[in-house]
Amino acid sequence: MELQDLSEFIPVAGETNLEGINFISNGEQYLTFCLDSEQYGVDILSVKEIRGWELPTLIPNSPHYVKGVINIRGMIIPIIDLRIRFGIGKIDYTPATVVIVLSVENAERQYMMGFVVDAVSDVLNAEGEDIKPAPFVAGSIPRDLVKGLVNVQNDAVTLLNVEQLLTLEEVNG
Amino acid sequence: MAIDLEQFHQVFFEESLEGLEAMEHSLLEITPDNVDPEIINTIFRAAHSIKGGSGTFGFEQITDFTHVLETLLDEVRDGSRQITDQIVDLLLKSCDCLRTMVNQLQAKQPIDDTEARPLIAAFEAILAGQETATTPTSPKTAEPATTESTPATTESSATMNAEDYNDLVMASVSTMLNGDNEPAGQAASASPSGNTDTDGRWKIHFVPEPQILLTGNEPNRIFRELASLGNLSVEADTSKLPDFEDLVVDECHLSWTLWMDGEVDKDDILDVFDWVLDECKLEISREGESELSASTTTEQPEPESQQEPQQEQQPSEPAAVTPAPATTTQATTPAQATTATDAQQTAPSTGASASASASSIRVGIDKVDSLINLVGELVITQSMLSQLSSNFEMSDIERLNNGLEQLLQNTKELQESVMRIRMLPISFAFNRFPRMIRDLAAKTGKKVNLIVNGEQTELDKTVMEQIGDPLVHLVRNAIDHGIEPSEERIAQGKPEDGTITLDAYHRGGNIVVEISDDGRGIDPEKIRTKAIEKGIIGGNEELSKSQIYDLLFEPGFSTAAVVSDISGRGVGMDVVRRNIKSLGGRIEVESELGSGSVFRVYLPLTLAILDGQLVRVGDQTYIIPLISIVESLQIKPELVNRASGNTILYRLREDNVPIIPIYQEFNIDADNKELENGLLVVVESAGQKIGLLVDDLLAQQQVVIKSLESNYKRVEGISGATILGDGSVSLIIDIPGLINRVAGGSDPINRSNHTQAA
Repeated sequence: MELQDLSEFIPVAGETNLEGINFISNGEQYLTFCLDSEQYGVDILSVKEIRGWELPTLIPNSPHYVKGVINIRGMIIPIIDLRIRFGIGKIDYTPATVVIVLSVENAERQYMMGFVVDAVSDVLNAEGEDIKPAPFVAGSIPRDLVKGLVNVQNDAVTLLNVEQLLTLEEVNG
Repeated sequence: MAIDLEQFHQVFFEESLEGLEAMEHSLLEITPDNVDPEIINTIFRAAHSIKGGSGTFGFEQITDFTHVLETLLDEVRDGSRQITDQIVDLLLKSCDCLRTMVNQLQAKQPIDDTEARPLIAAFEAILAGQETATTPTSPKTAEPATTESTPATTESSATMNAEDYNDLVMASVSTMLNGDNEPAGQAASASPSGNTDTDGRWKIHFVPEPQILLTGNEPNRIFRELASLGNLSVEADTSKLPDFEDLVVDECHLSWTLWMDGEVDKDDILDVFDWVLDECKLEISREGESELSASTTTEQPEPESQQEPQQEQQPSEPAAVTPAPATTTQATTPAQATTATDAQQTAPSTGASASASASSIRVGIDKVDSLINLVGELVITQSMLSQLSSNFEMSDIERLNNGLEQLLQNTKELQESVMRIRMLPISFAFNRFPRMIRDLAAKTGKKVNLIVNGEQTELDKTVMEQIGDPLVHLVRNAIDHGIEPSEERIAQGKPEDGTITLDAYHRGGNIVVEISDDGRGIDPEKIRTKAIEKGIIGGNEELSKSQIYDLLFEPGFSTAAVVSDISGRGVGMDVVRRNIKSLGGRIEVESELGSGSVFRVYLPLTLAILDGQLVRVGDQTYIIPLISIVESLQIKPELVNRASGNTILYRLREDNVPIIPIYQEFNIDADNKELENGLLVVVESAGQKIGLLVDDLLAQQQVVIKSLESNYKRVEGISGATILGDGSVSLIIDIPGLINRVAGGSDPINRSNHTQAA
């Protein structure tokens, strides 16, 4: 029996408008979150943790989307508000506001950054062929940040390029 | 022997490198007309302990090499040889050579002796009395000279690289080289000579020096070890025993003659005596022959090093068979094929893994003692607190507070002590320069003196390690570009010898390392032209002098007319600046055309901890390094002035201090934006004072510096971040950076001049 076939037996937890989660899968898994009404996804392996909003320490003269820095277990982690960065949705900070801490390691060093989003929604499985190229019409998100689109039922989830996302501060700052 | 010597190798390497450094340092102090015996002794001691160590561990090439060195030094020491520039040069080169060897050993690579051979030959030539000989170019030319002259001089000589000759060695005949200051040696070695060479038993004559027992070497154990090799019979000689009344319990006056089965390898026997070679006279010979082997003294403790010369000379020197010229030599006849294996017994089997040179630091015992004391106090405080907590009542609250206070004190002191362990005097970084300058001066034909100040200034080890290369670069530049050739200097009315000054001192929260020369200085116009030529700047830009000097650090910039192998390729200065910046430091240039340049490197005192004053601005807490704070005061409106283009100045006694409101500078909100009755923290960096307007002064505390750059990027005006007691992040204000920023690229040279005046 193929392991793949097992997946259909795995119950789907809670109410969701996405398809069932394949915990065992050849494809990549993405953590999806929403900014206003739009759905986004990032590679789940780069997600370090998800935490509630706390007031960061301001960084002088930083771009307005850099909210400041917080202390995560002794590390100083910058917090970037994706809603401001992408110009999507309204900006308010409630206890329900979520920070996704992403980490990426490249040849030189390891970066960690926190991103403010409206809410975390789900885990998404996407195989290579599910990922469609980004729309040719440029939105408010820099083109190189977008890895592709995945259609999930009636929604389109934008997959973000984590490496680019983390260097975004340096490039544009 | 059963002990795994490899565990001590690292210590040997470190000690050897240290010894070499000491040697080099002392060598540079020597001038032929002023020889301080103490310096010679230092050099000698260094060479000797390297030789001893390498002998113990079986690094024969080093042993052999140092042996020649030592022989020469010994002559210098007892005054029978005048030290010359040539000798100093050679000795310096041998330091390099030894260093290479040690490094090769450390990396577990085979030793490459191409460097060593000409040097040995040169030493031998000198020892043979050919002081006029210049540094030899190849061993071929120098070696014959050596071998010929050796018998005549009867000085100890020739060693090294017996491998080459080993195949040839069948019958060994040689002059024996004893240190002439070795009277007892002959007596002991007067074993009967001239018998036939039978494959008899080994006869080992072992005469320990009286103090051998004090070093923990028990002859009994040695004999037991020997017995494990083969049949052993021992005969003790008690003739030297003093009368009972004169007997000192821990002195050994016995000597022994031992016989062993012939099939035992001689090396194995020698190995057994490895540890006591320095403290005994040892002869090993075939029964019925006389091979005088190594009557060891402190000067010549290593038998191998002396056996090899015998083999080595012998092919080229068959004539020396019988004659025993002068005092100590003895003819040796027998075929000691066993000795040929000497050289094959090279360095101990190399472990599979390469030695990732575990770095270590030497810490003064006082620092360790103070740590131990502090830990003791900490333990006391801890037990007091735990006792208190076991039966706590509200009335104890005061005692609890006292206890906590004490704990705080302990922790703080402990922290400081631990930090101090990492601090090393900057002389570690400076030490290499005398040698380097000497070599470079010789290479460029310029005359350069070096003055070093502030060697005792302490610097964090990490900083020290990384600052070495940039400093080397700057010093090279100073010699190559800065100092003019002698003729040019004389023509300009300067002293013929150029001077390079290295200085290190504390200033504010920084260590400043200064490299200054009295050379030709830097011509800003030239740099400007060059920069335009290279397309680094456009033709029309207005640049201040300091901005022009900053161009020096641009990648691809070089003004040297001729690219030499010392400097001038235009890589480097940018690397220098990058390295210094990565340490959180910065570099400043100051130059006067015709009279010299000064490069100032500012380095953070330590990378990890800082005494800080917490200040509040709006809802943000910032940390100002305590060390840069001059004073904090409440603004008196009558002392506030506006001047020179809307700058707000505050009259602080004689000074006019510009007021910088932090909320403005950092673009944040503040409670108090009025100057009147505001709080002003006056800070200083590089002689410049500014007043920071803050809302409130909070506590003072030590903070651990965390980098903002590891996850974010460098922020102007902020040198790092820290985590406060409540877990929140607070940013540390970079005072020098802030001053630079508000100065808006004003001339740093004027600023530092100002400092010197102040």
